[in-house]
Amino acid sequence: MPDQIKGGVHQAVVHDSAAVHVSGQAVFVDDMAEPRDLLHAYIGVSERPHAKIRQLDLAAVGAAEGVCCVVSAGDIAGQNDISPTHTMDEPVFAEAATEFIGQPLFAVAAQTRDQARRAVRLAAVEYSDLPAVLDLEAALADETLVVPAMELKRGDADAEIAAAAHSLKGKIRIGGQEHFYLEGQVSMAVPGEGDEMTLYCSTQHPTEIQQSVARVLGLAANAVNVRTRRLGGAFGGKETQAAMFATVAALIARKTGRPVKIRPDRDDDMVMTGKRHDFMAEYEVGFDDDGHILGVRYRLASNCGYSADLSEAINRRALFHLDNCYYLPSAAMKGLPLKTNRPSNTAFRGFGGPQAMLVAERVIDEIAFALGQDPLEIRRRNFYGSSERNITPYHQTIEDNVIPEIVSELAESADYVGRRAEIARYNSDSPWLKKGIALTPVKFGIAFTTKYLNQAGALVHVYTDGSIHLNHGGTEMGQGLMTKVAQVVAEEFQVDLDHVKITATSTDKVPNTSATAASSSSDLNGMAARQAAQTIKARLIDFAAKQYELPPDQIEFLPNRVRVGNQEFPFPDLVHQAYMARVSLSATGFYKTPKIHFDRQTGRGRPFYYFAYGAAVSEATIDTLTGEYRIDRVDILHDVGRSLNPAIDLGQIEGGFIQGVGWLTSEELVWGEAGELLTHAPSTYKIPVCSDRPRDFRMKLLEGAANRENTIYASKAVGEPPLMLAISVLHALSDAVASVGGHRVCPRLDPPATPECILAAVERVRSAAGHD
Amino acid sequence: MAVQISLQINGRTVEAEVQPNLLLVDFLRQEQRLTGTHVGCDTAQCGACTIHLDGRAVKSCAILTVQADGARITTIEGLASGAELHPMQRAFHRHHGLQCGFCTPGMVMAGVSIAENHGTPDPAVIRAELEGNLCRCTGYHNIVKAIAAGAREMAGRS
Ligand code: FES
Ligand code: FES
Repeated sequence: MPDQIKGGVHQAVVHDSAAVHVSGQAVFVDDMAEPRDLLHAYIGVSERPHAKIRQLDLAAVGAAEGVCCVVSAGDIAGQNDISPTHTMDEPVFAEAATEFIGQPLFAVAAQTRDQARRAVRLAAVEYSDLPAVLDLEAALADETLVVPAMELKRGDADAEIAAAAHSLKGKIRIGGQEHFYLEGQVSMAVPGEGDEMTLYCSTQHPTEIQQSVARVLGLAANAVNVRTRRLGGAFGGKETQAAMFATVAALIARKTGRPVKIRPDRDDDMVMTGKRHDFMAEYEVGFDDDGHILGVRYRLASNCGYSADLSEAINRRALFHLDNCYYLPSAAMKGLPLKTNRPSNTAFRGFGGPQAMLVAERVIDEIAFALGQDPLEIRRRNFYGSSERNITPYHQTIEDNVIPEIVSELAESADYVGRRAEIARYNSDSPWLKKGIALTPVKFGIAFTTKYLNQAGALVHVYTDGSIHLNHGGTEMGQGLMTKVAQVVAEEFQVDLDHVKITATSTDKVPNTSATAASSSSDLNGMAARQAAQTIKARLIDFAAKQYELPPDQIEFLPNRVRVGNQEFPFPDLVHQAYMARVSLSATGFYKTPKIHFDRQTGRGRPFYYFAYGAAVSEATIDTLTGEYRIDRVDILHDVGRSLNPAIDLGQIEGGFIQGVGWLTSEELVWGEAGELLTHAPSTYKIPVCSDRPRDFRMKLLEGAANRENTIYASKAVGEPPLMLAISVLHALSDAVASVGGHRVCPRLDPPATPECILAAVERVRSAAGHD
Repeated sequence: MAVQISLQINGRTVEAEVQPNLLLVDFLRQEQRLTGTHVGCDTAQCGACTIHLDGRAVKSCAILTVQADGARITTIEGLASGAELHPMQRAFHRHHGLQCGFCTPGMVMAGVSIAENHGTPDPAVIRAELEGNLCRCTGYHNIVKAIAAGAREMAGRS
């Protein structure tokens, strides 16, 4: 008999859906067999960023070919609100006034999707325009907030900065990002008997969809069931943003008694849904002759769009990441969640953390230029310590710092010093092409910063043939969560992975779940599933011990079999014996993250259970005549604890990194003067393509890195942290730009660093250096 | 006015009456229930809807069904022979060439076509040829690896 199960934890198992994906058999919501009398819905949206709706005439819409039903705010039996944190500022349909271009005003259902799409254009809407706040600059002047401003404070930053040998100030503008999940938003609502409603929804948060639908239809939550087998990508964009589509489908299904599907066209999806927040940060830093930071003052303004959505938590996480890996003896940080007449910006991989880290790294760069030092040296001098210099601005003590080790190992393996010297030689011989290199670190806090969200449930059944059914609250969006949690269950029972059946996330199996977000779904759901498996295992042990009159320690789960004293039974045999003896073979599991707490009033606590660390070295070449560039080489060393599945984790690191590169280089959201999104298709909004990938790309997981906290098999979260490794690319580009000014002038390269931006920065640095 | 067409889909002859404005991708997905061909962008840019039409990889969201009259079409569902996966499908499976899987059918179809046109291409060729297929989850690394491996296996087999 083999002495190891197939597919246990730490094994590089392929994604559980790989077989159905390569054969085209995987079922996404839009692939489901359509119910016979299915209607197709489409949403009619506002064409003004801020206006009173004087009249909404839908007569022509209702009379259009194939149209069966038209709904608007007046048709809502429950509350006209889908705000995720109950701020009551996000209606399903705008009623009195519209607050952004693309805001839903009404919806129609027709026999075909084409008919529905054509019908929505026939609406006659009379607007009377109101003053609109269209960008962050205007919002800063206007200062309307979607949630209260927030602050973190440690020490007396003003005094420290004033007393420091050096100080400087600056500003950084950081662009937003479209999620561009490859599968667009989609929902199908199927009415059942009485008040029952089932939704098949591409969402990261089935429970929130359940609650929103119940609220909008005026039902109890127990009437609504939401099922999600898989999503074709999400990245935060289907956490709250799925609700507008799901609730519209449910409303029409309720009104007509027929199943309803809704799938916006890609362009409409991009216009209607929120994105990564764009930020503008002002910084002021005081430091000594060696570049040690003594105090910082930060003001972080974010463009939240028209409603609160998740902006409070996003801004909070941003403040929590303004330190990145650096010890700040004194800090005064302020977050301004500003309202604009844009779609409500929302969760996106990193959740405010990436923007904050860019600010931290910019400040390091500024200090390095001010002192004429290598930025890496300044980074190292400011790293958190292990037993001292280890208190964050939110007063959490860092207990698991490995960043100095990671950076040393990476700088060595990537030959940072040798290559920097080589690049300097290259640049002095190359008049137009210039190279740059940078190493940037990442420290990312793991846990939802909203404490109550850090809980998860699971449901495990063992059938009498020994096969196992697994369900939990997390959703599968490509990140391999289902595979990892199934590995955990296989490991607990010591059965091969193919005995564990993964089933669709469903609010009627595991209730009251949190969003699959904050990188923590393997941590949470893995633990919950393990607990469910352990409950059943304990019952099996108890049964076998009694049945065979042995002490419990004589029962041992070996690969695919159970040792009971001196005999061994195949796993299904023992399961069957237990069933015959009337032992329950089904259990729920529950987990809540320990140790965490945070007091918003005082800005103190331990919001994070632990931290995930990583670092990257990037090298890039720019063409100083055109601003075009390429990424020559990237080396990554990342900490995932003891990996639950190294193949999946490497995929997350690579995918996150490339998505971060897109955000910081080619992905530029452009808005027109009237407040309309101009880049609403992949023709104008450039996500990375295959040829953008660095020519030489080396990734490694940090070895011997068991999580010091008690997490699932000592692993660490991996979903978001690698995105921020891409900051090294921005800094490599900036380093290349700096070379045209002899590295005397900080290029202050704001992302996205499009070729136009690079070119402008080259000009700027050249002329500033010339005037020196 | 519906138009009568006849075409081959995955080795099967299909006769149908279709509207002249019906996109091929909608015909395949809705009328033929071949839902492995996905719609990502609706506008001929993401490649999720890639199929083979008379042996060429094309984006089925950019073609009218009537234009496929008389054509020979292969979709992702027609690639395997019975239970045995096509070498390119096997390669994507083995080399972790997917995450959410939404781009995968289009990637596999593009990969087969690249192999057919270039034999056993090196990664640079694959990267250039794959320009029309977007993936938002992976960094393309394992996709390129899978296509190279699949191409080698295809070359070995023929
Ligand atoms: S759907 Fe055809 S290329 Fe995107
Ligand atoms: S695997 Fe998700 S888009 Fe490629």
